[in-house]
Formats: sequence, C-alpha cells, structure tokens
Amino acid sequence: MFHKDSWQEIFETINNNKLRTFLSGFTVALGIFIFVILFGFGNGLKNSFQEFFMDDATNIFRLFPGTTSKPYKGFKSGRLIEFDNNDIAEIKRNFPTQLLYITPRITRNYVVKYIKKSNNYGLRAVAPSHQFAEKTILMKGRFINHQDVKNKTKYAVIGRLVEKDLFEGDDALGKYINIGNRSFKVIGVFQDDGGDNEERYIYTPYTTNQLIEKNNDKVGEITLAFKPEIGFEGAMQFEEELMVFLKKRHHISTADENAIFIRNVADDLNQNQQFGSLLQMVVSFVGLGTLIAGIIGISNIMVFVVKERTKEIGVRKAIGATPRAVIFMILQESIFITTAAGYIGLFGGILLLKSIGTSLEDYFIKNPYIDMSTAIFATLILIIFGAIAGYVPARRAARIKPIEALNDK
Amino acid sequence: MIEIKNLHKSYKIGSNSLHVLKGINFNVAEGELVAIMGSSGSGKSTLLNIIGMLDIADEGTYTLDGVEIKDLDETKAAKYRNKFLGFIFQSFNLINYKTALENVALPLFYQKIPRKIREEKAIQYLKKVAIADWANHLPSELSGGQKQRVAIARALAAEPKVLLADEPTGALDSVTSCEVMQLIQEINDEGKTILVVTHETDIANMCKRIVFLKDGLIIEDRCVEQVRAKADVS
Repeated sequence: MFHKDSWQEIFETINNNKLRTFLSGFTVALGIFIFVILFGFGNGLKNSFQEFFMDDATNIFRLFPGTTSKPYKGFKSGRLIEFDNNDIAEIKRNFPTQLLYITPRITRNYVVKYIKKSNNYGLRAVAPSHQFAEKTILMKGRFINHQDVKNKTKYAVIGRLVEKDLFEGDDALGKYINIGNRSFKVIGVFQDDGGDNEERYIYTPYTTNQLIEKNNDKVGEITLAFKPEIGFEGAMQFEEELMVFLKKRHHISTADENAIFIRNVADDLNQNQQFGSLLQMVVSFVGLGTLIAGIIGISNIMVFVVKERTKEIGVRKAIGATPRAVIFMILQESIFITTAAGYIGLFGGILLLKSIGTSLEDYFIKNPYIDMSTAIFATLILIIFGAIAGYVPARRAARIKPIEALNDK
Repeated sequence: MIEIKNLHKSYKIGSNSLHVLKGINFNVAEGELVAIMGSSGSGKSTLLNIIGMLDIADEGTYTLDGVEIKDLDETKAAKYRNKFLGFIFQSFNLINYKTALENVALPLFYQKIPRKIREEKAIQYLKKVAIADWANHLPSELSGGQKQRVAIARALAAEPKVLLADEPTGALDSVTSCEVMQLIQEINDEGKTILVVTHETDIANMCKRIVFLKDGLIIEDRCVEQVRAKADVS
C-alpha cells in the first residue's frame, strides 16, 4: 500500500485541500511546540534552581560559633563562642572515620589596591581543602597549599572578577596587590559556578591572617566534609556527635541552641532534591496536559475530516475502492501530515529554546532545554494517537454502504 | 448478461418495514440499452443499486456475466464494481478537488494500473466524450453537461461490462440531455450493455427496451423503436 502511486494520490489530496491540511498540521505542530517550550522552561527553572543551591560540595557541614543563651558550669549566658586551631586539631583527632577534610574560614573585608585601582573585596582566610568544599575552579596559577599555611606566606588567590576589575585585562599572576596596606602576591585566579559574587572573593592562608591579627589562633567558621560512604544517616549521626563534642569542649549546656550552629548541606540537599522532584512532577504534568490537549485537537479534526469526505469515500467505493484502500488512504494522509507537522513543531520549539539561552535568567529560566528522546517520544505519541483518532472514523466511513455515503449531502 | 430471479428488498424505517421490491424477475442480454421507468417510490433506484452492488437484496438471486453475486462483503463488492460496472449518477459525483483527467483516471488507480497508462487511457476516454480540451479543469469549472461527460468517461475508463446510469439527465436542460443521451447511444452502438433509470418518457424512448416498475413489481417490459437523439434538437 505504501506504493509510490498512493503517495502521489496523498500529495494530490493534500495539495488540493490546503485548509484541512493546515488545520490538522497546525494543531499537531502547535501541540508539540508548546510541549517542547513548556518542558524546556521547566528544565530551565531546574537549571536556575540547581545553580542557586548546588554550587558547593554536598557532603559539607558548616560550623558557626554563636553566643550562649544559658548559664553553664559557672559561665554566664551571653558568652561569645569562638573556634580556634585546637578545635580543628581535636575534630581531626576524634572523628577520623567520618571526616574527609576540614578547613577554617575567616571572613574579612579589605580595601584592595593594584597601582591606581582599588575596590572593596571580601577576603576568606582558609586552608587548602577549602577549594574542594567550595568547588573553586582554578583558571590559572594554583590554590593555597600546605606549605603556604605552614610558612604563613602572603599569597593571594583572587576571583576572576577581581582580576577583571583591578587588572583590566592584564595578567594578575605574579603581580603584587595591596590588601589592607599589606602586599600579597597573586598566585592564582579562580572562577566559581556560584555566580558573580563568589568570583569577587580573595583567598589567603588562614595562618597568614592569624599572624596579621596579632598572631591569634581564632579560625572564624569551620567547614568540614564527611566521607560520602557514611551516607545520609551516617551524616546526620556525625552532625549530632559533633555538636555534643563541641559543646563539651566549649563548656556549653547541651540544651543551648544558640551557642553553636551546624548547617548540614546534606540535609539541605535532601530538601532541595525533594523540591527538585516536585518541580519535575509539575513540568511532567503540564507536558502531559499539553499532549492530551493536542490529542483531543487532532482527534476532533480527524472526525471532521472523515465526515467531510464521506461523500468522496462513497464515490471512491462506487468506482472500486476497497474498504482497506479507503482506510489506508485516510491513515496514510493523517500520519504523513502529523509526522511532518510534528517535526516542524519539534524543531521550532527546540530552535526557540536554543535561542533563549540565558536571556530569561531574570525570570529564573536559564538554558532551557528538552532532551531529544523526550521530544521525539512526545511527537510519536501524538502521531500514534492521531492515527488512532483517524482510524476509528475512517473504519466507520469505509463500512458505510456507498449508496448511503452518496446520499449524504 | 444480467439475470435476476425473485428479488426482494425491504427497508426498515423505525419499527415499520417498507417493502420496496416485491419479487423482480428480469434479464438483460449483452448489448441492450434498457430504460427502467416508474414514478418515484416505485423501486427503480433500489433495483439499480442492487444491480450496481451498492446495496444488497434480502432475497433472490442475481447473476452478472455468469458470476453469481452473493455473500458480498465490502471488499468483494468493491472488486466486482471495479471490474464489471460503471456508474453514472444524476449529481455526477465527481471528486471536486480532482481535475477531469484525475477523476477519469481514478477507477484505474484502484485497478493498480501504472500512472502513465492511467493518464493515457483517461485522455483517450475524455477524447471519446469530446471533452479532452477540459482535461485539466476542476469540476467546478465545468458546466453540468461537461461534468456528466467526464462522469461517463470515468464510468467507461475501467472498461466495465455494464454501465448503470441513475437519472443521467435529471440535472440537465433538454439540449444537454439530448447530447448526453446521444453519447450514451453511441456507446451502446459499440456493444456496451447500458441500464438507464429515468422517469422521463422521451429519455426512455431513446433506449431500445423499457421496463416499467410500479410498487416494487415489473408491470410492463417491452421493446421500443429507438428514437435517435439529435444534438440540434430544439
């Protein structure tokens, strides 16, 4: 039946019934187009969402010191808690099975100068493993290493935008910048997926900062990573043990909620992933709705098309068309139109998604996309349902006695 | 060519049954030109539809060219129609989005004849009905008489044994009617068996034999002196 001749017959029919062809083709193309766009936007939302929440490593605890809210062992409440080098050493010593790495993070603000340019930047005094916790990507040079920490060197690793602002396109590597009136050598430039703000930081060895600040041993916040193999449950238990351990060290009541804070990224991650899958569900639901609307549309048009052609079918049968030939004619035509229109809609939608890129980032839609298999699957679904929707009335039309079809006005 | 014995047909209208054909016995030999006459409701169109396998009889036998027509499913009926019969309708029933040529070629398409041969044959039959100049026009661009000529060419294209014409001149003025009848006579002269359903006496008189139907029975069946249709009759 899929003979060259029957194709010619189909093309003649299509060519001579442009409105009908346009209507059914347009429905399918629009259905697929909207499906692709909506699905793509959903994925774009997910992209933005991931960027907000997932730029850091996910096996991370952040420890923040606070102020005691309860008197304990002779200490009054309202005592300021501070972490120091010994805390880090003791955590390392006591939790070797769970701990992957640990780093202090002292955050300061400095005016930073290079020749005549100057600006205010955040400075983070850290240990080498901070690079993994923050997923800092080195563009050139290197990050702080253990030697720098040991020797308390005045080395700085600057963000991409710091280099851009201060050096205006020149290479910063090996140059000396002035941080709070002290000269630091730039040993690396980094970028970060966390966005522009993350790329306006400067990293220095934490020991250097301690030396500058009257050779103290305070470390600000502590960031640590657990071994991924302990799993989510293990991480939650580690968090509890860590809290007990630190409260004991700093003489804090176990009931005190304000003295030490632990932010568990694993816990956040769990919530984020739940939100992510909710988003995915919404996107899938919207996509399904669009597809169903498309299927209903194409079904209506097929019923209309067959109704419109009842008389023609009667004539064809009177001059020798078998029911099979009639059904094949209608199906072949409808499948051809839905396939062609489906691909037009598909590529139109993909093209539009591609052209959007990052231009809708303000609306939290970044790099919308649809994976090819989903898009083609949706198109196939529409083609198949279009064929089924055409088959039912076509079969009925093919069964009508030609005389009834001919009397149909 | 056609043998019909004791043919019955009734239609169900709601709970009532309308007995349209009440035992028709009727034979047609090859090369005849038969008019079937009767007032409306006499069953003449029903008889033609059964002969044309567009409809199925309730009772009786029907033999066409030595083949007994029975147990017809749609596929079989379509094949017989395509092989044995050509139809000419009152309302022409051309496919309106196809040109005259494509309409004439359509029965050959269902005989799976290659496109080139189809078109050659279609042209040949359009020439025969003297309308080849209009081959690439759509039915909407043709007059009633021209449309009926195209329909006759289409009926002839499949080279059927019998031509069935249901009120072929019903939608035409008298001059055009004469032209169409002249064409039908010419085709008959070449030996084709033709059945014409009509209620007009002058059309019936242009045939060679007239069968009168009344209330589902044949009340008269006689041969007549054929009146030749003349195109310039005014």
